[in-house]
Amino acid sequence: MTTGVDPLWEAPIRIVYPGSADPTAPAPATPTNVPHRGGPENPSAAAIRARFPDAVRRVDVVWGETTVVVPVNRVLEIVRWLHDEPLHLYTYLSDVTAVEFRDPEEPLTVVWHLRSLAYRRFLRLKAELPAGAPLEVDSVWSVFKGADWLERECYDMFGIRFRGHPDLRRILMWEQYLEGFPLRKDFPLRGRFSRAEQLRQALAANPEARYSMEELSIADAFEDLPPDMRTRLQGGEPTGE
Amino acid sequence: MGLIARPDSTSAPTTSGQQGAARVVSYQPQSSEGWVATKLDFLVNWGRANSLWPMPFGTACCAIEFMATAASKFDLARFGMERMSFSPRQADVLICAGRVPFKLAPIIRRIWQQMPQPKWCISMGACASSGGMFDNYAVVQGIDTIIPVDVYVPGCPPRPEGLIYGIRMLQEKVMRERMSNTDRLRREMDPDPSSRLFIPPPAIDELSEPFGNSVNQTRSGL
Repeated sequence: MTTGVDPLWEAPIRIVYPGSADPTAPAPATPTNVPHRGGPENPSAAAIRARFPDAVRRVDVVWGETTVVVPVNRVLEIVRWLHDEPLHLYTYLSDVTAVEFRDPEEPLTVVWHLRSLAYRRFLRLKAELPAGAPLEVDSVWSVFKGADWLERECYDMFGIRFRGHPDLRRILMWEQYLEGFPLRKDFPLRGRFSRAEQLRQALAANPEARYSMEELSIADAFEDLPPDMRTRLQGGEPTGE
Repeated sequence: MGLIARPDSTSAPTTSGQQGAARVVSYQPQSSEGWVATKLDFLVNWGRANSLWPMPFGTACCAIEFMATAASKFDLARFGMERMSFSPRQADVLICAGRVPFKLAPIIRRIWQQMPQPKWCISMGACASSGGMFDNYAVVQGIDTIIPVDVYVPGCPPRPEGLIYGIRMLQEKVMRERMSNTDRLRREMDPDPSSRLFIPPPAIDELSEPFGNSVNQTRSGL
């Protein structure tokens, strides 16, 4: 529970209509004859290159979609600039995910899908996590509140920690899940434990102990809750049935 | 494969000798039960079998077929099941339609424990019955490892006719219940206190052994 008001929530709501930044632009149409590689680049890629000359490792255009590969430690800065800059206005974060390649040099790549509604643009940012280093990357939650669950899912499936995320915990698997991160390449498809052990652990979980107080919307009534429930919600005490 | 018997199957099901007539609910005159008991049994079972209130637990595409079964074309109301009970305390039969991930395992178990006796369970579709094609880290390999199942409906997903056939089989099973046969009376199954499972852990591991292509998918390349 936070006291005080987050200044981000006090910002006035600005409604963005698709394509509103350039009313003279032609209406969108389904592109045809899109080449596999090459083709017109998203103008934002060149802008990123001009603004952050040392931060762009590579720009790929695949099937008409532009991918900008940036260093891990510059992502938050670039995303914030893309979000705030009036000439780009990437106000919608479609997805945060990760890809693991069987590449010993750079095994994991984090991917951000950004969409500019005002300019009708799509941009993909990629950051390759170096091998050997801890899997950490800055959270973009301070820019997009919607990154909350996307980053939680990415953490749950890949074990990538997002620095600055307000509530980084598992979202798909239950919180007491002990077997690791399922979408890693070294994770066996059937899990690490035997079926009986998996079932035993799953059944030992309390279905009601999986939510934070904010999710249950009972934070105001916290003092009136029964004592065992208070203990459980306070400290994430592992509960069995 | 040596299967380990479930605790409630202590007595073998009675076959009335002729295999062809196994689906006929019959009351043999040589039965030791009295006329009143058999007639009361028949009345109670007739009432129960023809007013099964289903508790739909739809998690996947099987639930779509289940909805089709309940809709006007196939019309589940013909079998006394027109009243979907979305509260387990007013339900008679749990129809698990779709795959059950491990995260839902304690939930379906609690729903089953909240249902009053007598209660039955239909496992609809390949995923609910055996995990189906989802032989992976997240999916329960058959809900019979969590709750006792009366009727398995195969299919991926089963057509409404398949589900109706399973329901008819369940109705016949209900019609065969005898109050005098205390071994086969429905009672609450308690899980094994150490493992908290209904089936012994070695049996679960044996039942959910990898098969087919998933044997090769198990190993990791790194």
